[in-house]
Amino acid sequence: MKNHSETSKTVYYFGTCLADMVYPQAGMCGIKLLQREGIRVIYPQSQTCCGQPAYNSGFPSEAKEVALTQVRIFSGSSAPVIVPSGSCAGMMKYHYPALFRDDPEYFEVKKFSDRIYELTQYLNSVLHARYEDKGPPIRLTWHSSCHAMREMECTEDSKALIRQLENVEMVEVENEHECCGFGGTFSVKQPEISAAMVHDKAENLRATGTEKFLTGDCGCMMNINGHLEKQRSPMKGQHIAEFILERING
Amino acid sequence: MDNQSKFNFKHNVEKGLADSELRSNLKFATNTLRAKRKALFADPEETHALRETGRNIKARVLSRLPKLLGKLEKNCIRNGIRVHWAETTDEANQLVLEIMDKHGAAKMVKGKSMVSEEMHLNSFLEKKGKTPLETDLGEFIIQLNNEPPSHIIVPAVHKNRRQIARIFADKIPGATYTEDVDTLLKTARKILREHYRTAHIGLSGVNFAVAETGTLCLVENEGNGRMCTTVPPVHVALMGLEKVVEKLEDVPPLYRLLCGSATGQRITTYFNMITGPRKKGERDGPTEVHLIILDNGRSKILADGQLQETLRCIRCGTCLNHCPVYTRIGGHAYQSTYPGPIGTILMPQLEGLDKKGALVTASSLCNACEEVCPVMIPIPELIRRLRNEHWDMDKKGVLKGRGSKKSILEALVWKTWKFTCTIPWINRIQLKLMGLSGGFLPEIGPLKAWTSVRTKPVFSKKSLKDLAKKEGIRHG
Ligand code: SF4
Repeated sequence: MKNHSETSKTVYYFGTCLADMVYPQAGMCGIKLLQREGIRVIYPQSQTCCGQPAYNSGFPSEAKEVALTQVRIFSGSSAPVIVPSGSCAGMMKYHYPALFRDDPEYFEVKKFSDRIYELTQYLNSVLHARYEDKGPPIRLTWHSSCHAMREMECTEDSKALIRQLENVEMVEVENEHECCGFGGTFSVKQPEISAAMVHDKAENLRATGTEKFLTGDCGCMMNINGHLEKQRSPMKGQHIAEFILERING
Repeated sequence: MDNQSKFNFKHNVEKGLADSELRSNLKFATNTLRAKRKALFADPEETHALRETGRNIKARVLSRLPKLLGKLEKNCIRNGIRVHWAETTDEANQLVLEIMDKHGAAKMVKGKSMVSEEMHLNSFLEKKGKTPLETDLGEFIIQLNNEPPSHIIVPAVHKNRRQIARIFADKIPGATYTEDVDTLLKTARKILREHYRTAHIGLSGVNFAVAETGTLCLVENEGNGRMCTTVPPVHVALMGLEKVVEKLEDVPPLYRLLCGSATGQRITTYFNMITGPRKKGERDGPTEVHLIILDNGRSKILADGQLQETLRCIRCGTCLNHCPVYTRIGGHAYQSTYPGPIGTILMPQLEGLDKKGALVTASSLCNACEEVCPVMIPIPELIRRLRNEHWDMDKKGVLKGRGSKKSILEALVWKTWKFTCTIPWINRIQLKLMGLSGGFLPEIGPLKAWTSVRTKPVFSKKSLKDLAKKEGIRHG
C-alpha cells in the first residue's frame, strides 16, 4: 500500500475499454462508490483504451497515438484520474512516461500520469472510505492482477476495503502471486501456455472451497470466468466495485 | 532436445506442456527454490537495498567495461594467468582445443560453465576426438543421458529421483537400480574421483573476475569446481566479458545476492578465489592457468543504452523459478543455452530475432521476474523492446533479424484498432456493433485460440458510455 494524502472534490474517471465493452456495470459501480464519498465524478465520453494492447505487442507508434489521445482528453485539469483496473492504471501511470521518454510531449504526458490512481487505492488510501456491510454471510477469495500487485501496489488497498465488510470471510488463495495467463494478446499469441496458466489459477481458486472470487481487473476476470464457465464450474468472479456496492446497499 | 537442430517453438511448447511428469518435477523443484529464496530474503526493505547495490555495482562496471577488462587482463598476467580473447564461440572453442593439444590432453574434467554451453564446447571437443566430462552432479546426470541442461543453476531440474536412478542404472556399466541418494552419490563420486586424477585439463566458469586484483571467483556447492581447478595440471577458465567487477569490495554483495537468489543459501559450501598457477615451492595447484574471455555479441549489446541492462545478469536463475511460463513448458522448450526470462531477452540478442524471435512471445508480462531479479534487470521492458524490434514497424531497430516478423495483416489490425481508439465516432460505432453481435462472433483466428479453454466473451448491449450518459454523469 502506498501513501497518498491529497484529496480532491472532483475526480476524472477512466473506465477502461474492457468495462466499456464487456463489464459496463463494474465500471459504473466504481463511479458510484466515488460519488458516495461526496466526490464529483467527470467521465469524458470520448475516452477509449489506455493503449496497452499495442504497447505490449510490438506496436509502439499506435500505442503512443492512442495514449496521447487519452492524455489530451483529460487535459486542462490537475484533478486525479481514477481507473478501475490495476493494469490500465499501471500503463497510464508508469508506461506512458516511458513511451514518451524521448519526445517533446514528455512533460505533458508525465503531468497526466502523475494524476493516475487505481480505484481501490483512491477509495482506501485517499478518501478513507468506510463501509457497512448489509449482506448475508459469505465466504469468498481474492485474485490480484499482476500489475495491481507489482506496478500499482494497490492489492492491500483492495483487501482493506473488503475487510471492512463484516459478513465477508476472505480466504487466501494459494499461489496468489502467480499470473492468471491473460496477458492481453499473450492469451492468443501463446494460447496453450495461457490455457495451462488459467487452468492452474482456476484450480487454486476452486481449492479455496468458495464459489466467488473478487478482483480489481476486468481482464483477469474475463479470462478466469471464461475458463470456469467452460468447465461448468459454479465459481465466478466479480469486480470488487460491483461487489462492495451490492453489499453496502443491502 | 539438441540445441542446434531447427527451432520450432510452438512444437516445443506443446511437447513441454503435454509432459505431466516434467510439469510436476518442475513445480516441485521451483516451489522449493522459491520458498528458500523467500525465507532468506525475508526483509523486503533490506532485500530492496541489497538489490539496488547489486544493480549499481553492475551498472558501474558496464559503464567502464573496456577499461576494467584491460585492467583485469593486466593483473591476471601479473599473477601468471594467461589471458585469451575470443570474439566468437568458434574462436573460443579453437583456443580450448589448442591448449589441450599443446599438452597432448585427451580428457577434460569440467566444472559448471554456462559459457561452455553457449560455445557447445562438448560436442565440438567430441568431434575432435576429445573427452569432456561434466563433474557438476546435475550436469553429470544429463551428460549421461545426452541432454542439454534445462536450467542455468539446476541443470537436471526436469528430472525426479526415479528418473535419475533409471539413468544411472542404464548408463553406468555395472550400476544396479537404486533410488537411494547416498548410493547414487557414491557411484558418481567414485567415477569422478578417478577422472580428476587422470584428466590433463580442468575447465571452469567464472562468476566474478576482479579487475583490481586479477582474481577469478568461482561459486559452487559440490567441491567439483575446486577439484577441476586444482587437481589437473592445467586449468582453463571461461568467462563472458560482462563477468568482470571492479574491486574486491564489489564481490560480497553480489555473492550474497547470487547465493540467496539461486538457492536461498546465505553462503555456498565452496567459494574459490583463483589468483594464478602454482608458484615455486608450492605443492599443489595447476601449473598453468588460462582465462578465455568471450564476447559473442556482448559488446554489441553493450553499445545500446537500453539493451545493455541485459548484461547486468549474474546468472542466478531465480527469474526461471518465478516465471509462470518457464515453470510450465520447461527449459528444453526454449532450445537455447539460456532458457526462461533471461533467455527470452538474451537469446534473440545473441542469435538474432530471425532465429530466436519466437521466444519474445513467451511472456504474459506479469513482472514476476523483474520483481525478484537481484540486479533489477527490467526484463518485461526489454521483452517489449524486442517485440518492437521483431516487427520493427518504425524502422528504429538495431538487432540482427529486426523486422523478421513484419506482416501486413498484423499491421492492418493495429492500424484499425488505432482508429477505433482515437476517433470517437468510430469508437461509438464499434461499441454499438459489438453490443449487437453479443456472443455471436465467428470462432476464427484469435477468438478460436481464446475459446479452446474459455467461453466467448459476451459484449454488453449497453456500453459504459451509454450507462454514464443515462445516469447523467458529467462528461466535461
Ligand atoms: S536476469 Fe536477473 S534473475 Fe534472471 S538469471 Fe539474470 S540476474 Fe538472475
